[in-house]
Amino acid sequence: MRSGHSNSVADIGLRLDELIAKPPAAADAAELLTLGEEILEHWVVAKGNEPTQEQREGFRLLALHRQGADKDPSFNACRETCRELAYHYNLLTQQADHPDTEQRARMMGWVARHLHLFISGKMEVQQLGDFCCASRPLREKVDEEMTAQ
Amino acid sequence: MSDKKTEPRKEMAKKEKYAEVAYYPGCALEGSGHAYNRSTKALGSALGLKIKEVENWNCCGAMEVKNIDPKIQTYLSSRVMSIAANKMKMDVVMVPCNGCYHNLKKAEYDLANDEKTVEVVGRLSNKAGHETYQAGQVETIHALDWVKETIGEEGLKERVKNSLKGIKIANYYGCMYTRPRHIFPEKDAGPGSESTSKPHFMDDLLEAAGAENVDFPLKTACCGGAHTLSDSDTSTLLVSNILQTAEDAGAEVIATECPTCHSGLEMHQIRAEKVLGIKTNVKIIYFTQLLGMAIGLKPKKVGLHENISNSFDFVKKKGLV
Repeated sequence: MRSGHSNSVADIGLRLDELIAKPPAAADAAELLTLGEEILEHWVVAKGNEPTQEQREGFRLLALHRQGADKDPSFNACRETCRELAYHYNLLTQQADHPDTEQRARMMGWVARHLHLFISGKMEVQQLGDFCCASRPLREKVDEEMTAQ
Repeated sequence: MSDKKTEPRKEMAKKEKYAEVAYYPGCALEGSGHAYNRSTKALGSALGLKIKEVENWNCCGAMEVKNIDPKIQTYLSSRVMSIAANKMKMDVVMVPCNGCYHNLKKAEYDLANDEKTVEVVGRLSNKAGHETYQAGQVETIHALDWVKETIGEEGLKERVKNSLKGIKIANYYGCMYTRPRHIFPEKDAGPGSESTSKPHFMDDLLEAAGAENVDFPLKTACCGGAHTLSDSDTSTLLVSNILQTAEDAGAEVIATECPTCHSGLEMHQIRAEKVLGIKTNVKIIYFTQLLGMAIGLKPKKVGLHENISNSFDFVKKKGLV
């Protein structure tokens, strides 16, 4: 994959399941945010694009979402899920001693899992991603190149 | 100073304007969402609000038509608004279904901003033999706007007979109620308006009826409604995640305001248990049913028996019967 991410879509799901199953902690916030970015990267790459390194409102996650929604307005169905993830990250990192921290961390885990389920489901329906060995745009590009040779 | 003087007048104007509306139930409310239809009518009647169902209405075009030809969908939605405006002489169309609400608002936006849409809708309206809908002839509102702007929190508090006190609720709006933002110019319009990122109208109304709203981060998340037939497993996973999150947030009830989301939550709650072994106990009840019972309507009057899931024991235990 061009993005260089190490986790497959399935790996991300498994790791999220692990994080949700264990006692929630503010320290999970960074990993949950990273996993959110990784699943968005998979979507962007599967659509044949290079994942952006830019940030929006201080979050690469939001820039990746915007990139993923380009020419695909239905992808905005996960816009607020991404924003909730960023919001919970802020809560957990800026108010780590807050009495609701455990609950906030628990909620952030569910939000990250929802993002994963939404994107992985969408990729499966559109036959993108690693459900069929390689993403459709990449597979079609390879087919074109082979035909040209 | 001038803002302070005009604001109450604006509120009064909306209150009067929305007191009698054209009612567009849409297809889902005649089938799987009939409980929502029944409870919306019963609630409106008990609150003294008047509705006139749009005569000879048609499907709004929903997803199926839109996916094939968006302009045909726009025409179908415009026909509903044309009947309300030109035949029934109504100013407001009230829509309980998020899908219909979204489509009518989108048609309104496209007719105001896209010449090609105006041309296609005009041609099809002529062919069908009815007056062409012109942008701005009616205002489309959601059932939430209707109750919020006419009765409001204070009005509800005065009418509550069976308080929802002690009921913890996760308010679930679904992803179509606020998306895309540009077709809802009245939202994000300052204090008192609805928010597209954190909607609160349903929270406000149920809280006024005594409910305790929980912090629920998936209130506008996708329920997988569009995947229900093409990929049921994805829908089941998305719904079970919403249900588990609501329970983990402390909710006993998920309040809904969309027939597609509602029936999806109910059906996939059962499927999640059967297929994934994930059992959740959170109840799924329309906000119109909750408000109706709060002001003293009986469960059957608000169609609780028409829901797929059984909430009778729960509402009895909570003193709503």
